[in-house]
Amino acid sequence: MSFELLIEACVAGVLLGCFYAAVSIGLSVAFGLLDVPHIAHPAFVVLGAYAVYVLGQHGLDPLLAGAILTPVFFFVGVAVYRFYHAAFEKRGTDAGLRGLAFFFGVAFIVEVGLILIFGVDQRMVDAAYIGKSLSFGEMRLPMRMVVAFGVAMLLTVGLSLYLSTTFTGRAIKAVAQDQTALALMGADPVRIKQWAFGIATATCALAGALLIIIGPVEPGLGRLYIGRTFCVAVLAGLGSMPGTLAAGVILGVAESVVLSSLGASWAPAVAFGILLLVLAVRPAGLFGR
Amino acid sequence: MRDWTKFIAGAVAIIAAAVVLTRMVQNEYVFFASYVVLQFVVLATAWNILGGAAGYVNFGSGAFFATGAYTAVALIKAFDAPLVVQLLVAAIVTGALGFLVGALTLRLRGIFFSIATVAVAVICETVVVNWSFVGGSRGIAVLQPPAPALFGSYTRLLFVAMALLAVLAVALARYVQISWIGRGLRAIRDNEEAAESVGVPTMKLKLFAATASGALMGIAGAPFPLYMSFIEPTSAFSLNYAVSALAMPIIGGTASWVGPVIGAVLLGSVQQIVTVTVSSELNVLVVGLLLVTFVVVAPQGILGLVRKLLRRSKGPLPARDKIPLPGRHKAPLPLGEGRVRDNKRQ
Amino acid sequence: MTPLLQVTAVSKRFGGFVALSDVSLDVRRGERLGIIGPNGSGKTTLINCICGALRSDSGSIGFDGSDVTRLPSYKRTRLGMARSFQIPRPFASMTLAENVAVPLEYVRHRGSLHRADIRGEALAILEQMGLGDRADASAGALTQVDLRKLELARALAARPSLLILDEVMAGLSSVEVDEVLGIVLGLNRQGMTVIMIEHIMRAIMRFSERVVCLDAGRIMAEGPPEHIADDPNVRRIYLGA
Repeated sequence: MSFELLIEACVAGVLLGCFYAAVSIGLSVAFGLLDVPHIAHPAFVVLGAYAVYVLGQHGLDPLLAGAILTPVFFFVGVAVYRFYHAAFEKRGTDAGLRGLAFFFGVAFIVEVGLILIFGVDQRMVDAAYIGKSLSFGEMRLPMRMVVAFGVAMLLTVGLSLYLSTTFTGRAIKAVAQDQTALALMGADPVRIKQWAFGIATATCALAGALLIIIGPVEPGLGRLYIGRTFCVAVLAGLGSMPGTLAAGVILGVAESVVLSSLGASWAPAVAFGILLLVLAVRPAGLFGR
Repeated sequence: MRDWTKFIAGAVAIIAAAVVLTRMVQNEYVFFASYVVLQFVVLATAWNILGGAAGYVNFGSGAFFATGAYTAVALIKAFDAPLVVQLLVAAIVTGALGFLVGALTLRLRGIFFSIATVAVAVICETVVVNWSFVGGSRGIAVLQPPAPALFGSYTRLLFVAMALLAVLAVALARYVQISWIGRGLRAIRDNEEAAESVGVPTMKLKLFAATASGALMGIAGAPFPLYMSFIEPTSAFSLNYAVSALAMPIIGGTASWVGPVIGAVLLGSVQQIVTVTVSSELNVLVVGLLLVTFVVVAPQGILGLVRKLLRRSKGPLPARDKIPLPGRHKAPLPLGEGRVRDNKRQ
Repeated sequence: MTPLLQVTAVSKRFGGFVALSDVSLDVRRGERLGIIGPNGSGKTTLINCICGALRSDSGSIGFDGSDVTRLPSYKRTRLGMARSFQIPRPFASMTLAENVAVPLEYVRHRGSLHRADIRGEALAILEQMGLGDRADASAGALTQVDLRKLELARALAARPSLLILDEVMAGLSSVEVDEVLGIVLGLNRQGMTVIMIEHIMRAIMRFSERVVCLDAGRIMAEGPPEHIADDPNVRRIYLGA
C-alpha cells in the first residue's frame, strides 16, 4: 500500500476513532465505572440514531435533534438503572448471569422492535454538511466526518472534565472505587449511580446522531457496535475517560488501514480481533485501574 | 447405576417412538417441525452445560451452530462424507472452538467470556461470507442423498438422527449434573475461590464444560444443510439461535437437565406455530420478551415455579438441589451420638 | 528433618501498597503456629500467597520438600494444604453434605470414586463438627457459627497435613471458642500441623507453641506465646505504648 494511502487511512482513522470514542464513552461509564453489564448500550445508540431519523423526517437537523433527545435519554437511563438495581443488583449472587441475560434481552428487543417498525432497510438523514468534502492540502476529508470528529471531541473532553472537576462527577468516580465508604460519608450510592447511568444513556442520543450522520443505519448495526464499543472500553482500561479517546483512535486507525488494504468485508472483524487480543494479553487495558 | 435404568428406558422408548412415527405419519411437515424442536433441545441442553452449571453466558451459540453446519458443508463438497463423519468432525471443530474461546477468556470475569462469544460469532460469519468454497454470501445448495428403505424420506432419517442426538445430549447433561463433575461446576459457580481451595481444578473443569458445550452445539448444526437442502450465512448465523439457546434454558430452568428440555419443547413448539401463523420477526420478539420477563420475575424458570408449587402443598423441602451423593444411603445419626455437643438452633 | 512449610523472602504489593515485605517463615511438622498482627498487617495476604490464591511478587514457598511457588491453588490442596476463609464461603446452592463432598471427591478420592462411600464420610465429618443433623439442609441458610464449622469441615475433608485457619473464631462466644479450640487441638494431637491467625488472644496463647507477629508486611516478633506477650514491639503495635 502506498505511503500516501496509508497517511490518508490514518487521518481518516483518527476522525473515525474519535467518533468511536464518543459512541463508547457511555459504556466506559456504565460498565467501566458502574460495573453494569450493559451489553445493550450499542442498541441504545442505534435507538438514538433512529429517533434522530424520525425527527429528521420533520426537518430537524440531526445534531439539533440529538441535543434535544439528550435529556429524554437521560431519564430513560435513570429508569432503566432503577429497574436493573431493584431487580438484580440488590439480590446479589445469581445476579451476574441474570443481569447479563436481561440486557441481552433488552438489546434484542430493541433490535427486533426497530425491524418491526422501520424494516431492515437502511435509513439516513440529510444535512448541510453531509455530502460535501473539505480539502486539506492534497487530502479530501468528508465534511460529515469532520463534524462528527468535532462533536465527539467536545463530548469526550466535556464528560472527562465533568467527572474530574464537578462534585457529582467525582462522586461518580468515588462510587466506582468504594461504594461503602461513600455511603458512610453521607452520599447515597444508588442515587449517584442512577445519575451516572442517566448520563451514560444521554450520550447515546448524541452518539446516535453522529452515527446516522456518518452513515446509514439499520437495526442490526447494534450488534456490530457491541464489538467496537467493548473493544474501546476494555482497551481504554475500564473507567478511564482519556483512555477511551486513545483506544477509540487506535481502533479507528486499525479499521481504516484494514479497510484500505483488505476491503470492507474484513473490517467488522478488526474490533473483535483487537478485543480478543487485549483480553488475552492485557485485560486491564491501557489505563486500567 | 440404578439412577440410569429409568433414564435409559425412557430414551429407548423415545427413539423407538420416533422410528415408528416415520412409518405411520404421512404429513411431512410434522417431521420438519419436530426436527427443529429436537434441534433446540440439543442447543438448549448444550448451552446449559456451561451456562446453568458453571454460570458462563454464551451469546454466540449461533456461531457454534453455524460452524457445525458449515463444517458439514465443507465435508460434503470435498469428500462427499456420510452423515456420521460430518457429525463427528463438526463436534471436533466446534469443540476446539469452544476450548479456544474458553482458554482465552474463562480466566476473566463472566462478561468477558460473553463478549468473546459475540466476537467469535461475528468473526465466524465474516470468515464464512468471504469463503467461496462453501458458497460465501450467496449460499450453496446441498443435495440430499437417497433415503434408505427404512425411512420414507431423508428428512425422516434426519428426524430420527436428531432424536438420537437429543437423547445423547440430554444423557451427557444428566451425567455431568449428577456426577462429581457437576458438583465441581456448581462449586465454581457458587464460589470459585473456595472451590479452588478445596481442590477443584477450576480452569480444567470450565474448559471441559466450554468444549462439551461447543461440541454439542456444532453437532446440532451439522445436519442443518441437509435438512434445508440449502445453506447461506444469514439464516445459519441467525440471531434466533443465539437468543433461543439462551432463552430456552432460562425459561425452562437452569438448575437441572430437565429445564432446557422443557424450555426447548415449549418455546420451540410455540415458535413453530407463531412463525407459520404470524411472522418470524414477531416470533423472535416474543422470545426476547419472554426471556426478559422470566429473568426478572421467575429466575428459576418453569422448574423453579413447579418446585415452589410443590413445596406449598407438601411442606418445606430441605434444599434446592436434592441430588443424592454416591455411597450407602444412611440417615444422619440422631441427636446425642458421636457429636461434640448439642447445637444451638437459631 | 525438613520443615513442612518453608516461606522464603516472600513479597507482595498491590499497586503502590506493600502488603508483604521479605517475609520468611518455617513451620515444623506437627507444630502449632499462631499468627497475630493488627488489621492490614498482611496476615491474610500471607495466607493467600502460601495457599496459592495469590501469586507472590518474589520469594518462594516450599511444602513437604517441593517448591510450590508456581503451583495453582488446587494442586497445593491436593498436596496436603487446606485453609478456611476469614469470611466463610459456603457453596450456597448445595447442602452441607454436598459442600463436604466436593473436597472428598476432588482431593481424597480422586481416581477411586466408584468404590467410595462419599455420603457416609461426609456425614461422619459433619458429625465431628456437630453439624450432622443438618447434613441435608441448604448451606445458604446457616448461622455464622455453623458457617465457620462448615468451613472447618470442608477443610478437614481434604485430609490435609497442614491446616491454615484464618480468624475461624471471629464472632464466636467464648463457649464456642473453646469448642473449636478443642477440635483443633485434637486434630493436632493426631499429627496435623496447624497455623492459626487470630485476634482472640486467649485462643492464641492457649493454642500456639510459637507465635509470629506481623506488622505492615513484616515479621516484628517471633517466639513462644509468653515471650510475645511481653515483647515491647508487640505491645507498641497493639497498645501504642
